[in-house]
Amino acid sequence: MAMTEQEILAGLGEIIDEIAGVPADEVTPDKSFVDDLDIDSLSMVEIAVAAQDKFGVEIPDDELKNLKTVQDVVVFVQRSGVSA
Amino acid sequence: MLLRHGAPAARILAFGGYQPANVVTNDDLAKSVDTSDEWIRSRVGIASRRIAGPDETVTDMAVAAGGKALAASGLSPADIDLVIVATCTPEVQIPNVSASAAHRLGIIAPGAYDLNAACAGFCYALANAADAVRAGTARHVLVIGAEKLSQWVDWTDRSTCIIFADGAGAAVVGPVTDPGEQPGIGPVAWGSAGSLADKISITDRDSFIVQEGQAVFRWATTELAPVARAACERAGVAPEDLDVFVPHQANLRIVEAIARRLRIGARVADDIVHAGNTSSASIPLALSRMIERDEIASGQLALLLGYGAGMCYAAQVIRVP
Repeated sequence: MAMTEQEILAGLGEIIDEIAGVPADEVTPDKSFVDDLDIDSLSMVEIAVAAQDKFGVEIPDDELKNLKTVQDVVVFVQRSGVSA
Repeated sequence: MLLRHGAPAARILAFGGYQPANVVTNDDLAKSVDTSDEWIRSRVGIASRRIAGPDETVTDMAVAAGGKALAASGLSPADIDLVIVATCTPEVQIPNVSASAAHRLGIIAPGAYDLNAACAGFCYALANAADAVRAGTARHVLVIGAEKLSQWVDWTDRSTCIIFADGAGAAVVGPVTDPGEQPGIGPVAWGSAGSLADKISITDRDSFIVQEGQAVFRWATTELAPVARAACERAGVAPEDLDVFVPHQANLRIVEAIARRLRIGARVADDIVHAGNTSSASIPLALSRMIERDEIASGQLALLLGYGAGMCYAAQVIRVP
């Protein structure tokens, strides 16, 4: 069963809180990882690895570099989840 | 055919470490490459590192660390019958480091070999030593990790010259003799991923170490926590009972990421801050410094995790001597 946007956002919030110390309520769809949340490329890799555990969706490095905002990740996970 | 009887278990008697005198700070590096103290600290967690002198060899450093471990063990050089040096940066291919280092330490005619499992080398050598003691092919083994990475670094490449450093660490391994005493070295969990061998390499003798940082970071954060858990399981130790986690000091970000994935409450070694990445030396160096500073106590349980080029990895639980 595909997760809802809200469920993915909540899960992503928990991951980002644990890895980057950004409070989950600040992880809103419009936020840019680099500019708003101060998350660098290594932390993005760690978030991708944790997202794979949580959502069962692999985010390769080639895709990861295109995911600039929280919404980008939510959409990626949703699409991959639907096709899986 | 007669078989020798070894010991039921092996333990570590002592650690020793050596760092070259020359301290190189981030500000020093910023004078020659486009980088900054803030950038290096945030990306790799290093504040300063030690770099060997031009005439200081891997063997010199191996002798310094090995001598300290030997002295701390209370054994005499004559008690050692096997010397294993883990290194991937010897100055020459022949002779090996181990036989020369043993000779300089006054160890008489030991078995002596070098081992290259890159940054996982110390954990591989420790496993070999424990197995030799248990099999009865050696009674006391001197295990050394020694590296002079500075001679394989391109000092104009800001992605690598900020990371790698020089140093040595050593351990003396021997049998558990008192029947009431607990084993001191748990079974190793080891392996390799040769399909990723090109991610960290020195392609020929005239070139420098290169690595694909992001690919290495992803591999390390994905694949190593299960290896660490397997080592705990094989030792019969629950991760929450560990007192200290001593992973190879590759990059503080990798160390922290692995520790997060393991979800262990134990103290996590952060020796890299003032030592840099010293490859096979980093784990025994970190342990010897923590023991020196009374940051860890005898009898405590430490989880060691080596990983690096190859890609080779190995982990085991030990009891702090």
